[in-house]
Amino acid sequence: MNTLIDAWRTLAATLREIFDEAAYARFLNRAGMSASGESYAAFRREFEEAKLRRPKCC
Amino acid sequence: MTNTLKILGWATAAALGAVAVGAIALHRGEPVNALWLVVAAICCYALGYRFYSKFIATKILALDGLRATPAERLENGRDFLVTNKWVVFGHHFAAIAGPGPLVGPVLAAQFGYLPGTMWVLAGAVFAGCVQDFVILLFSVRRDGKSLTEMAKDEIGRVGGFVAYVAVIAILIILLGVAALIVVNALKASPWGTFTIAMTMPIALLMGVYLRRIRPGKVLEVSALGFVLVLAAIWGGQYVSQNEAMAKLFTFSAPTLAILIMVYGFAASALPVWLLLAPRDYLSTFVKLGTIALLAVGIVLLHPTLHMPALTRFVDGTGPVFAGKIFPFAFITIACGAISGFHALISSGTTPKMIARETETRMVGYGAMMAESAVAIMAIIAACVLQPGVYFAINSPAGIVGTAPATAAASISSWGFPVTAADMQALAHAVGEQTLYNRTGGAPAFAVGMAHIFSHSLGGERLMALWYHFAIMFEALFILTILDAGTRVARFMVQDALGHVYKPLGRTSWYPSILATSALIVGAWGYFLWQGVKDPLGGINSLWPLFGISNQLLATVALCVATTIIIKMHRAKYAAVTLLPLAWLVAVTFTASWHKMFDANPRVGFLAQARVLAAGPGPMTTATERVIFNNRLDAAVNGVLIVMVTLVLVESLRQWIGILSGAKETRVKESPFVRTRFVEEQG
Repeated sequence: MNTLIDAWRTLAATLREIFDEAAYARFLNRAGMSASGESYAAFRREFEEAKLRRPKCC
Repeated sequence: MTNTLKILGWATAAALGAVAVGAIALHRGEPVNALWLVVAAICCYALGYRFYSKFIATKILALDGLRATPAERLENGRDFLVTNKWVVFGHHFAAIAGPGPLVGPVLAAQFGYLPGTMWVLAGAVFAGCVQDFVILLFSVRRDGKSLTEMAKDEIGRVGGFVAYVAVIAILIILLGVAALIVVNALKASPWGTFTIAMTMPIALLMGVYLRRIRPGKVLEVSALGFVLVLAAIWGGQYVSQNEAMAKLFTFSAPTLAILIMVYGFAASALPVWLLLAPRDYLSTFVKLGTIALLAVGIVLLHPTLHMPALTRFVDGTGPVFAGKIFPFAFITIACGAISGFHALISSGTTPKMIARETETRMVGYGAMMAESAVAIMAIIAACVLQPGVYFAINSPAGIVGTAPATAAASISSWGFPVTAADMQALAHAVGEQTLYNRTGGAPAFAVGMAHIFSHSLGGERLMALWYHFAIMFEALFILTILDAGTRVARFMVQDALGHVYKPLGRTSWYPSILATSALIVGAWGYFLWQGVKDPLGGINSLWPLFGISNQLLATVALCVATTIIIKMHRAKYAAVTLLPLAWLVAVTFTASWHKMFDANPRVGFLAQARVLAAGPGPMTTATERVIFNNRLDAAVNGVLIVMVTLVLVESLRQWIGILSGAKETRVKESPFVRTRFVEEQG
């Protein structure tokens, strides 16, 4: 049972990382902000340039 | 006892793998079940990972669990971040898995199921996984440096410059080919075009949801977007059945090409994250879900492969693309076996997230195995089709004609029976007017995928929905690559131009953004237009060019890896990267020679230009354009080969210098720092 719970947690963490939810949480933590439209817009602005420099494979 | 069991287990895996590979390699004259491919793949990957990657990890790279990684030493909560190894694995896989492992194997299926399968398995285990693994580890030991930076540091300035130019060239050719695949999938298809068009308002809605309703809840809104996309696919059938609506969403190939170029420019030049970021997430959501669903479908249905092991087209006369099995099977399938582009990801985001050096094996070697498994699924999807149907979909009008009866007769005369009535019934079943001349691989993959899904999940009445789901999946996926790729190339060009004139390097200076976006879109748009206007369907010229440039980048990556291995005093093991390098040099140089100088006008660019120039009667502007395009393709190929030759010569000089003692053997790694994790874990 514990193994299943661990597996689910890892899968959820992976999805949160792939979909940048974890990056947003880190941004909020670093900037001392709470989740809101403004903080998400600020996160996107900061994140955009770095993310857009990342190549995606063929 | 445990050891004995382990030995027995691995011996069983080896024996089972040998039987499965033997079954798919030696079967002739009767259909083979796809499960043999699945078993062969699982056994090869398991053995490769357990033994070969462990050998590389311990004997050559000497992975050190005590050495702090850049994620730990330089952690900043943004780029550098210690991350769970499975999370990094998923992140890395999502970045490397693009349309390449789906399209390449489908095109290479014209040789039969065997060549592609063997190349995907052997190429991944001995070349692709090795490249991704060693480049990832070398980047981790160099503070997450990129491939171009490592090439400059370890080989010299030539290496860095060539890697940079190769990346730009690959991006441009890839984007042109990818756009062509979308055009060929959506032309004269109101259902498909409507579905893709609907992803734009859906993405905007997702953007508003993310901004106003539930900020940052990307997974939640992606699931919602996915449901809306499914509704759009379902609604598409009514659009295609309504004459007025169908007319509104029916476009010719040139019109679609222009629309895609406008989209690419807007995506690169305008601050439209409200549209693009949600589309990117939606595409990733659909991609991961579809790959998982396809794997389940194949296991549930375990379909029979109707394509023979080898077809008559191994002699180079294939209708999908011209050229013999060697070298063309090996450049047609790049991603899935070995892809130079992966070296960019392995030296991009991933090395900055690795917590322990020892995890590079699972992430680098393991994620590439997963990508290779996707390629095996694509081979299965293409080969479950009746060969006559496969060739009818993938053969360009220039080879089989446009009239259904003529095309069916031509294909049947090759020994792959198909009738116009069969093709009409299939087109009707998937909700299309016709499936002839749908070159590019995507429609054939979609038909194969719809076949697998409809037989295992939902029955044949859902065939049309599954087909358009597959088309939506591929087109959405490729459009995301198009907008992201255009912006990445734009940033790279801006970085370079910034050395010439500083304001051009500023990513916020609008004149520079507009000029560089136009430059990049113009470059890939040129290749797209060339493909749309090509009487042979475009794929025949452009996919090999893409394959060659991608494999040439892998050549550069393997040169870097071999140089570092030799500098690490592991020259006796350098064959691990040297043999794949030698193979790639043989493949890419032979393919390039054929594409430039082969006397057959279907293969050689210059021969085709000569034949067209010598044609009877006055030359039209269109013919002049095709002649110019062929010469341009030959020139692009020639320039790439010359540059990679320079890297090879430079690398060889380094190796000889080091091995003869004439050169200093200094690896440019960051200094050893002991990880804090050991103390924390006691």
